[in-house]
Amino acid sequence: MSEFLQHLINMLVLGGTYALLGIGLTLIFGIMNVVNFTHGILYTFGAYIMFIVVHQLGVNFFLALPLAVAAGWLLGAAIELTLLRPLRGSDIDTTMLVMIGAWIAMQSGALWIWGGVAKSVTTPFPEAPLVLGPVSVSWLRLFVLAAAAMLIVVTYLLINKTKLGCAMRATFQDQDTASLMGVNVDLIYTSTFAIGSSLAAAAGALLGPVYVIFPQMGDLAAVKAFAIVILGGLGNITGAVIGGFILALAEELGAGYVSSGYRDAMGFLIIIAVLIFKPTGLFARSERVG
Amino acid sequence: MTRTFRLVPTIALAVALLGGTANAQTIKIGVNEPLTGAFAASGTYVVNGAKIAADEINAKGGILGKKLELVIEDNKSNPTEAAAVAEKLITSDKVPVLMGAWGSSLTLAVMPKLMEYETPMVVETSSSGKITTTGNPYIFRISPPSAIEAAAFKGIVDKLELKKVDFLVINNDWGRGTAEDFSKMMKEKGITVGAIETMDQGAQDMSAQLSKLKGTDSETIIVTTAVDQLTLIFKQAAALGLKKRIITTGGSQNPDQIIAQAGAAANGTMHLTTFLPWFPEKTPNPEATSYFIAEWKKRGYDFAGCTESFRGYDGIRTAAAAIEKAGKAEPAAIKAALWDIKVKGLNGDIVFRKSGPEGKESGQSQPNVYLIEITDGKIGMKTL
Repeated sequence: MSEFLQHLINMLVLGGTYALLGIGLTLIFGIMNVVNFTHGILYTFGAYIMFIVVHQLGVNFFLALPLAVAAGWLLGAAIELTLLRPLRGSDIDTTMLVMIGAWIAMQSGALWIWGGVAKSVTTPFPEAPLVLGPVSVSWLRLFVLAAAAMLIVVTYLLINKTKLGCAMRATFQDQDTASLMGVNVDLIYTSTFAIGSSLAAAAGALLGPVYVIFPQMGDLAAVKAFAIVILGGLGNITGAVIGGFILALAEELGAGYVSSGYRDAMGFLIIIAVLIFKPTGLFARSERVG
Repeated sequence: MTRTFRLVPTIALAVALLGGTANAQTIKIGVNEPLTGAFAASGTYVVNGAKIAADEINAKGGILGKKLELVIEDNKSNPTEAAAVAEKLITSDKVPVLMGAWGSSLTLAVMPKLMEYETPMVVETSSSGKITTTGNPYIFRISPPSAIEAAAFKGIVDKLELKKVDFLVINNDWGRGTAEDFSKMMKEKGITVGAIETMDQGAQDMSAQLSKLKGTDSETIIVTTAVDQLTLIFKQAAALGLKKRIITTGGSQNPDQIIAQAGAAANGTMHLTTFLPWFPEKTPNPEATSYFIAEWKKRGYDFAGCTESFRGYDGIRTAAAAIEKAGKAEPAAIKAALWDIKVKGLNGDIVFRKSGPEGKESGQSQPNVYLIEITDGKIGMKTL
């Protein structure tokens, strides 16, 4: 029983960060319809910003987090302005190829600047875990869970309750009508991509200190983010959050009770099942197809 | 205008040709190591050790009157890339001998290429038994296979009072091979083998596996993987309140890096290693060890890397000794000479003995294995 409780605690902590990765991508992939291959490298970028700000500039850990998020926002905006804006209206394959190119170029850049050897970030949290009866969890991971939850709520409110969020939804539903209603479509494109990118950077900045930081760390994260978005339904923020927790649960229980060798396969087995039985995602609203 | 543009490729061609002639003045050794990906830290250390050996040899006049040149390629911790890199080094760079490829799965992927192009390779790190038992006569290994590690460990299991052990190993030829060889030895000693858990080479979160191991009735966990994953395991085990004894194998632990990155979580852990840079006087070749460590420090490398980098140093010196003995930089001659050399390695004499099926034996030297323990952030030696 205590082992099962420990798996559940692990699932909560892991699921929070998966959810954060998922909502960032669902904004870009689901709402903007851009197959964003740079999502993983923005995650990596967020983690390296933490490393630089904390270790090379000597800034406080908690101040470094918003800086990493801001840096992710800026890089996302730059990608949208330089690569995506000139390509708007071109077919999905062209955009996809450009994004793959950007991913490879940026990952090689990270390798060139920081080298392939993993870095680690020291945190102000105590090493001894919080022990609650039979289960224990590290303070750093609890903090990561809380920060992820906060970011998820903020994003949800931003999309559903603010004027900017309303304009974003309107733009990607019908660009022409939104434009006629006085929405600055260009600005909406840039801000949506920048917000999605800053969430990826936030996930990297939060998870970098939990694990280790290296140029390819974003690859597996990006694959999982795509999986979560497909699981939750394209563009569905609540779906991405629940999808994140389902993936984490499948991995934890799969590794704990089936076989640890197939841990990463568990999530993908679920996705195959979802694609077979509910191809629009678990939480997608029903759409008219014909 | 057009004429100027045509000049550029002509000059480039001339430079390339001249460069080609200049290259013939050197003797090349191909180095196939993971410089990016999951094993980047370890591979980079091995290459830095290899460079120290090459510089030392060149400072003493090179080999056969020529400069030694290392052609270093990154195999990206990926077996497919490792095979491609070997092919590139042999066919395009024309190296007569290789050193590589760090991981067992990487080395196993390279092995068919060695057969195809009849080029020998000094294996400096890999420990899967399969490498020297499948009948590849181009393999000359200076690192201990996991069976030798297990045999060395056998002597101390009574003192450690092992009763029941679990395994947590990297899910590749290295990890699975170690679990197999150690299980066999444990069973011979009457020790019960419990759960055998695996982790993907790129996995960063082992909490699920560790939570499971926390719940078993074993008192010891044998862990096999490289330093980055080990650091994460110690941190995550501490966060889960896992209090069992952890013993690591494979010699790629870089204990000082573990102490620096995992902190108190590293205390009480034990490690089977193949080099003792902390106690040069206790190594088989104290003078060479002291020289190597001094040179390593002089170049500003992290001391933690010594336990890994010494293999690159020994590997290059082994290949160079074979070229010298062969009297020419040709693959067949070097392969024959590798059987006749005796190199004073930092971890004992490197002499190759036959291993594997008759008629196509691989070479295997018999390095020493040590057990160390981390207590209060310090490294102490345990007698095997």
